[in-house]
Amino acid sequence: MVRKIERDQNRFRQIVRGKIKADLKKYITHGEMIGKTGGELVSIPMPSIDLPEFRYGPKGSGGVGQGPGDVGQPIGRSGDGEEGAGQAGDSPGQHILEVELTMDELAEILGEELELPRIQPKGQANIIEEKDRYTGIRQAGPESLRHFKRTYKKALKRQIASNTYNPDDPIVIPVREDKLYRSWNPIYLPQTNAVVLYLMDVSGSMTDDQKEIVRIEAFWIDTWLRSQYDGVTTRYIIHDAGAKEVDEHTFYHTRESGGTRISSAYRLAHKIIEADHPPADWNIYVLHFSDGDNWGEDNRHCVELLRKGLLPKCNLFGYGQVESPYGSGEFIRELEDAFENEPNLALSEIRDKEGIYDSIKEFLGRGR
Amino acid sequence: MSFVSTQHDLPADLRALQVEIEEHARSFGLDFYDTIFEVLDYDELSEIAALGGFPTRYPHWRFGMEYEQLSKGYRYGLQKIYEMVINNDPCYAYLLRCNMPVDQKLVMAHVYGHNDFFKNNICFAPTNRKMMDEMANHGNRIRSFMERFGEETVENFIDSCLCLDSLIDIHSPFIKRRDAPNRYDFSNEADQTPPSDKFRSKDYMDSFVNPPEALKEVARQREAENAKARRFPEQPERDILLFLLEHAPLTAWQQDVLAIIREEAYYFAPQGQTKIMNEGWASYWHSTMMTTRLLDGSELVDYADHHSGTMATQPGRLNPYKLGIELLRDIEERWDKGQFGPEYDACDDYETRRTWNTGAGLGRQKIFEVRRIHSDVTFIDTFLTPDFCRRQQMFSFRHNDQAELYEIESREFKKIKERLLFGLTNFGRPIIRIKDGNYRNRGELYLEQEYFGVDLKLDHAQDTLRHLHRLWTRPVQLETCVEGRPTLLSFDGTDHTIRPLGGQSHEPEHRDRRRA
Repeated sequence: MVRKIERDQNRFRQIVRGKIKADLKKYITHGEMIGKTGGELVSIPMPSIDLPEFRYGPKGSGGVGQGPGDVGQPIGRSGDGEEGAGQAGDSPGQHILEVELTMDELAEILGEELELPRIQPKGQANIIEEKDRYTGIRQAGPESLRHFKRTYKKALKRQIASNTYNPDDPIVIPVREDKLYRSWNPIYLPQTNAVVLYLMDVSGSMTDDQKEIVRIEAFWIDTWLRSQYDGVTTRYIIHDAGAKEVDEHTFYHTRESGGTRISSAYRLAHKIIEADHPPADWNIYVLHFSDGDNWGEDNRHCVELLRKGLLPKCNLFGYGQVESPYGSGEFIRELEDAFENEPNLALSEIRDKEGIYDSIKEFLGRGR
Repeated sequence: MSFVSTQHDLPADLRALQVEIEEHARSFGLDFYDTIFEVLDYDELSEIAALGGFPTRYPHWRFGMEYEQLSKGYRYGLQKIYEMVINNDPCYAYLLRCNMPVDQKLVMAHVYGHNDFFKNNICFAPTNRKMMDEMANHGNRIRSFMERFGEETVENFIDSCLCLDSLIDIHSPFIKRRDAPNRYDFSNEADQTPPSDKFRSKDYMDSFVNPPEALKEVARQREAENAKARRFPEQPERDILLFLLEHAPLTAWQQDVLAIIREEAYYFAPQGQTKIMNEGWASYWHSTMMTTRLLDGSELVDYADHHSGTMATQPGRLNPYKLGIELLRDIEERWDKGQFGPEYDACDDYETRRTWNTGAGLGRQKIFEVRRIHSDVTFIDTFLTPDFCRRQQMFSFRHNDQAELYEIESREFKKIKERLLFGLTNFGRPIIRIKDGNYRNRGELYLEQEYFGVDLKLDHAQDTLRHLHRLWTRPVQLETCVEGRPTLLSFDGTDHTIRPLGGQSHEPEHRDRRRA
């Protein structure tokens, strides 16, 4: 029987979804749920879903409590939206509702709201990958795979059937034919893997504000790509005058003082792709963020590396230029001049946090 | 119907327990409706709790929200419902399946306390005792409206009604304000010719039988009465839901939905009015029955653990169970020892008062009387004493606006009582009346708040006005105070305005426009 409450619960979730969708831009801009991800769930604070009513605010309010303490002693914070504690116990405390969404739901909302086309993975969707899972049982096998429970049961059955089981002395000893072993069955999975290479300029002109923008944007791009592929691998490259691969934490927390040579990162990215992610097997995303500062003569190398190396191999190459008070911001012009209507090249200028929304749309709106 | 069913569902051990406890409860003088116990899993109990106790209630998303919060609170170990009791004849009570036997005993004894309270307390006298059926009817009607007019339309309308559902007059079930409108009564329209003010007389006697001064006086009175009749509403109206029901431009189904919301609000109101007494009474009886009759030696520690958990206090929160049971016990003790009446009140020797004992033995009788005739407000007003406050370490607290936290304000009896009564008056909600239903002769709605020094939560107030506007469809105004200054909040369908009222003419009009 469908429980009545399920209808109300679904309705509630639908409303929550609607609210998230309506406020998505705000959530994206403020990065409110980043850092709140635990496993598969995202927790989203939702202050406005409850029904309003005429009631008292905290100003001038008070109540009665019980217990020790001197006059003037603080007994509780009146956080935003919190009602006068201890209104003689008539009302449940008002709290900001935290709703939980799975990452998939979040991605779905993102896709709907940004009108993102679903990604068409490159041809490998038909490649079948073979995997082994231990789901079977066999009569023979190595002792290390012996299935104790099944073996015991079979021995017990045999003893009862042959009337050798004595309930007063319930010892069950398996003999050779009782023994059962785990075995594996091959499982065929379509392989739709993707790798995302994040490239970021960490030279002195990129400040924490810019990195914050990159982090928020990367979170949303990840969320979307993960919903589109079975497996997504992320790799991180930082660069100033030279490039190196780092882990995620280092990626967002490094600041160098040197100059900038973007081509070094492109070269490294290319090397990684060549070595680990042959384009025949992988859907490749390269996303590069910088403030647009580069050594003048390096721009030519970059264009060349893109044209010959990266673009032919990537599903998408995205360049996001984050506005910075220090950078010259010329790099994006160079790319605009050098390329015209490359289907898998997306360029986006991100002024401030407000710009993230459009930038994500620019990157992901191509459905590649 | 899966949950409300027959007693066959009750396992034999609990059935036996029920018979035993019911017998004890009766022997103590408790007087209750038949009780139907139902044993549920936590999920099922959460579901029914989310629905306010009524498995057949109308569909609405907030029940789903409530359910998520309850079941999450349970999963994370933050809260647990032990039991639920529904004011109905027969009384329905839900038990949690995974409770230990000692808990089930405690809970059942507690349930009989509530059941007796529902049946006998004056505040519950006007409530519908067939609410289980009535709620099912409400559910069916609303579901059929949803089918006809669309789920979302009906639900949105319910949202607006719910924002206003605390705007009822909790005393009105006892006071007959006006006759229920009879749609077949046309006497008003038929009776058009005004009665003559003059007595019949011969011409030459006329100036004596009908002296001109007296005629003038009668005419003046009539005029005043007419003026009064033209006022709309005649008296400021606290039952705002009723006023809307009678005068807002609603369609038939909207009227019915609003009437349903109003009826349910009145049904639940007495529970808010008697929270301290009701929980105190039930706790008094579970503890009395457990400690004198029901408790097994082996259950003592678990009982003590759970009972003290229920009675626990924490700073900044008043536990109604604790306050209620302690105050009832205090009353019982005072009336047992004869510590009441003019003689006792006149005595001002501390030691004499402390050891005062006439052996009156009227305690039990007194608390039975108290449970019949009091609500929380009159209960606290009548029986809270300085001695009691001191023994219970009670204090009042207030909001420190700078530090944005609550702090202990005072341990003075007067202050404590004042704060407590304020928090209980009108469920701790602001008192708001409709002053004018034809404001500025433009059909606008004018509300006024009785101001006691505490400001409304402004954003909520404005959002609520928006919902009120949905029902009234003309501009709505609320006269209130912001930071102590008389202020008029208005919503005209698109914009919110905040305008200071009266005496502020030197300052330029401060307008805060919030776009809808």
